[in-house]
Amino acid sequence: MTVMTFPDAVTDISEAIKKHHLATTFGWQDVAQRYRRSRIGAFWLTINMGVMIGALGLIFGNLFRTPMQEFLPFVGCGLIVWGFISSCLSDGCTSFIGAEGIILQVRMPLFTHVMRTLWRNTIVFAHNLVVIPVVLVIVTAPISWVAILALPGFILVSLNLLWMMLVLATICARFRDMTQVMQNFLQVIFYLTPIIWQTKTLPVGMPQYLFDLNPFYHLITLIRGPLLGQIPSPVTWLYAIAMLAVGWLFALWLFGRYRKRIPYWL
Amino acid sequence: MAKIHLDKASVSFPVYNAASRSLKNRVLKVATGGAIERRFDGLVVVKGLDEIDLAIHEGERVGLVGHNGSGKTTLLRLLSGIYAPTSGSAAIDGECVSLINIGLGIDPEATGRENIKLRAAMMGMTTKELSSRYDEIAEFSGLGDFLDMPFRTYSSGMQLRLAFATSTSIRPEILIMDEWLSTGDEDFKDRARQRLNEIVSSTKILILASHSRELLLGNCDRLIWLEHGRVRMDGPAKAIADEYFGR
Repeated sequence: MTVMTFPDAVTDISEAIKKHHLATTFGWQDVAQRYRRSRIGAFWLTINMGVMIGALGLIFGNLFRTPMQEFLPFVGCGLIVWGFISSCLSDGCTSFIGAEGIILQVRMPLFTHVMRTLWRNTIVFAHNLVVIPVVLVIVTAPISWVAILALPGFILVSLNLLWMMLVLATICARFRDMTQVMQNFLQVIFYLTPIIWQTKTLPVGMPQYLFDLNPFYHLITLIRGPLLGQIPSPVTWLYAIAMLAVGWLFALWLFGRYRKRIPYWL
Repeated sequence: MAKIHLDKASVSFPVYNAASRSLKNRVLKVATGGAIERRFDGLVVVKGLDEIDLAIHEGERVGLVGHNGSGKTTLLRLLSGIYAPTSGSAAIDGECVSLINIGLGIDPEATGRENIKLRAAMMGMTTKELSSRYDEIAEFSGLGDFLDMPFRTYSSGMQLRLAFATSTSIRPEILIMDEWLSTGDEDFKDRARQRLNEIVSSTKILILASHSRELLLGNCDRLIWLEHGRVRMDGPAKAIADEYFGR
């Protein structure tokens, strides 16, 4: 019974991948709009990010009495990666709702709209990455070859985000208040995940599972770790790969079951 | 071989109000054993189309008539593959393009050139197809150097030209239109009419919804009269038009 719904989802997704130029064209267009009347365009987001990193780094670095050379790159990479994950997820909620005009007038694979959201956020993420070398130079921290591992990490994170966004887009099209729920959820996750605090500054005896079970801890580590010169542990890789498999199975089932209903909900 | 086949296809819309859209109420409903459902969850289902049986073969020029709310737009969406039937089946074989809102996808801040690209992508053209047609589109629009200016600086006539030139450069197997496309100024009108006729005659199946008798008789050989989501009459254009519009 559940297997029957898969082909529908797979057809939609493979068509969207085949027509990836649609997602990249419109995703790029979303970012390009920021450049039209402002010379530095999307770099305003980068500037915001830079200020936030500077402020949080200085405040919490001093509060936790961590050396700046270590803490600033940690907060910087963490906030940038978290920014990517959280904006993908919150934008993911409106992927279908926001594309209502297109969905109701043009026959296009629905997954295209999810890919567009991911592409837009990837471009913004690439803008923000500029901050990292700046931070590293300021605190004269070294950068190692391990950083290259951030690339497979990024791909694994993106593939995980795609299924989450597909699920969120589908659910939010039907239940509009889920978007608000998601905002609150992301806020809580932000404080629960080691982004502005480090695991080692926790008091002794704090249970490990607090972050070991937190999927977002592993997702962030996959990109942040290599950028800071640390190789993510096999547990982190396995966790992310397992989540990818289970998550996609669930997303395919849900999307396959409700894909045809989505235009009616809009 | 392009063809369309609807078999007892029905479309019904759930009309959600704020209460039934809310997940919180959904959860509460479970907790309270459905008592709330009758009071707050006024889920109304509207039948847009009711068991439509329809076969359209290659070469047919089909007109759609009916009063407002009779289900024309819904049927067009069903035929474009946007809506899937809630019961029954719809088989649409052939690449299908609808010329309903030709301004969809246009970004007023972007230049004319960028907008041709955006609009073409929205029509389903690949990058390759576009590059082979780009010059022709630019020339037909007659915008010249204005193509490098932002779209918002265009006069409404120029905006229409750009959208029209791009939207009509495609040659789909199944073409769906809701009313004829209106086309700005006088000198452009003739060229636009000629171009529309070209695309209409090259398409394998035309489906045109309209309130204009003249337009329907001029382009269609078969008319379908929709009423309350059902097919009231279906037959040769002249006979149905006489019935619908009166003699």
